[in-house]
Amino acid sequence: MSRIPVDQLRYATMLGWGTGLGVGIMAGGFAAYVFGLLPAFIPVEKMPSLWTLPAREYLDRTGTGTGWYWIRHLANGEFASLLGIAVLAASSIACLGALVPEYVRRRDFAYAVICLISIAVVLLAASGALTSLH
Amino acid sequence: MIARSSRRRLLAILLITVAIGAGPAFATDVPVNATAWWVWPVALFFVCFALGIVAVPAGVGGGVLFVPIVSGFFPFHLDFVRGAGLLVALASSLAAGPSLLRSGLADLRLALPLALAASIGSVAGALIGLALPAQIMQVALGVAIMGIVALMLFSGRSEFPTPTGSGRWPSLRVGGVFHDPARGVDVTWGVHRFPAGIVAFAINGLLGGMFGVGAGWANVPALNLLMGAPLKVAVGTSSIVLSVASSSAIWTYVNAGAVLPIIAAPAVMGMMLGAKIGARLLAVIKGSIIRRLVITLLLFAGLRSLLKGFGIWN
Repeated sequence: MSRIPVDQLRYATMLGWGTGLGVGIMAGGFAAYVFGLLPAFIPVEKMPSLWTLPAREYLDRTGTGTGWYWIRHLANGEFASLLGIAVLAASSIACLGALVPEYVRRRDFAYAVICLISIAVVLLAASGALTSLH
Repeated sequence: MIARSSRRRLLAILLITVAIGAGPAFATDVPVNATAWWVWPVALFFVCFALGIVAVPAGVGGGVLFVPIVSGFFPFHLDFVRGAGLLVALASSLAAGPSLLRSGLADLRLALPLALAASIGSVAGALIGLALPAQIMQVALGVAIMGIVALMLFSGRSEFPTPTGSGRWPSLRVGGVFHDPARGVDVTWGVHRFPAGIVAFAINGLLGGMFGVGAGWANVPALNLLMGAPLKVAVGTSSIVLSVASSSAIWTYVNAGAVLPIIAAPAVMGMMLGAKIGARLLAVIKGSIIRRLVITLLLFAGLRSLLKGFGIWN
């Protein structure tokens, strides 16, 4: 019978938590948005005339900022839903971060470095620095 | 008898779902703004539910079906469709990841170096995709979808390849034993051609990030045929690679304002629910039938994308 390594089990547990939390927040935020339980930054009725536009034009037309602008407007339903999406997208950071101490303890430095560089890539993408340069 | 009635019931669900969901999408003579706003998210939910049902037995990720079909038949701009497509791919891989890792059908030591390469590629792809005009992206998407169809039709699969000694990178200690429940035996496996695999995953990540389609369709052949991983390990490990690579690319789309919850949330929920039914369908229907259906759908969507890109069918 094959044995599953500790690092793999730890990663699986973290992944399960991140997914459940992210999907839950996203679904809850979305329901609050479309059923009007939370105020909307952009009313849902206006969306059909906006979702046909390129992202850049959509931002200009609605006055929505790029990067982490949305975090300051979490009281709005669509951004509450976006928080769930952000949790889903960030769950790999937590999973990879949980592996680093285990790899360092085992002196498996190649994998500790791979995890750290992977975290740096996701953080760089999340920071918005690349998009603003763009 | 039970299998036949289950099959009929599931196919009926599939057809009704497609009919409900696709109704507004095919009504091209009705002005988009004349349709009530809620029709589109509801239609999207049902279409994604149907796509989720066929994606699992066909052995493809949801993103590769989502982007060409939704960009072809829904009024949403391609930027938002690609952002939602990546989220669909991410959510599918995250949902499957824990059980694949616990069962040993995914290998973390194999996934991590490849995920790093794919992650860098996917961020670059997302930046390129967001910079190019929609019309060029639409044509490129059509070409890419046709390429994926060709890959699905002509690439072989090897259940248990035998890796040669070249490019093993022994310091990474990749390989091991996995339990194959279908045969009830433990299978010892390894991989080779690691440097070529790293390059392949960087390219797969680039394409996945650029088109928002994930990259399971390319990752599995790369792991199985190029690197010599057993097919089941290749399928499972591809899912873990996607979970890291897609998250990097999604941040790029979120930061560019190209992820709209009103599109992304119903798509993810529909796809996840459909995938649960798809897993049941796997037991009662031949994978080859669904695979033919998916190839036909992709051909149609790829052609639609090309015609839309060239301004022939808008």
